[in-house]
Amino acid sequence: MTVTALLFASYAEALGSDRVELALSGTATVREVVAQLRALPGGAALPASPLVAVNLTYAGADQRVENGDEIAIIPPVAGG
Amino acid sequence: MSVHTSIVRRPIDIGALLALVRNTANGATLVFLGHVRELNDGRAVSGIEYSAYGEMAERELAAIASECASTFGITDLAIEHRLGALALGDASIAIVVAAPHRGTAYDASRFVIEEVKRRVPIWKREGYVDGSSEWVDASGAVKRSSMPEHYS
Repeated sequence: MTVTALLFASYAEALGSDRVELALSGTATVREVVAQLRALPGGAALPASPLVAVNLTYAGADQRVENGDEIAIIPPVAGG
Repeated sequence: MSVHTSIVRRPIDIGALLALVRNTANGATLVFLGHVRELNDGRAVSGIEYSAYGEMAERELAAIASECASTFGITDLAIEHRLGALALGDASIAIVVAAPHRGTAYDASRFVIEEVKRRVPIWKREGYVDGSSEWVDASGAVKRSSMPEHYS
């Protein structure tokens, strides 16, 4: 299955992209998505357990991901 | 009754927000503005570039407004957060709360700004008068970066 990872702010800068398509085999969780991203060039800038949103809702590391999901890796927020 | 939340890319119009929450059932209207400060972490700031995960930021703002309604009984509320390049003094966020009495308005306004800072996916890159820029987290701490180029 394929999921789309969205990167923002300092994370997008570190990986040189704001959008990465990832191929995952079998069942996978948020944790595997983050691990794949961290293995990419520049991915070491991502923490092991970043804030993540799956399809616009904050999600934990154990949440299952499905084909076509949009998985956003959220840097420390700074609104206001 | 009027609840309005929006992520905008234009200057915030306080007068328009005040008009939205105007309701003779209320005796107190409170405006909170967050704006770009000239000094952060001891460094002279020239401006801030705000960016967001727009679709989720809109959803989180709406959720905060909904929680504000259920927790404080607030039904007249306007929240706008601005994105893009802001200069010193420009308002980045406006929270306009109207309530029958002031206590509720103050509590609700504080709730909204704290929740925005805690969970709405918005980021800021601070520019300094020396020409450099850095990502800043919610605590105001600067994330040291080796990237001199501005990311857009």
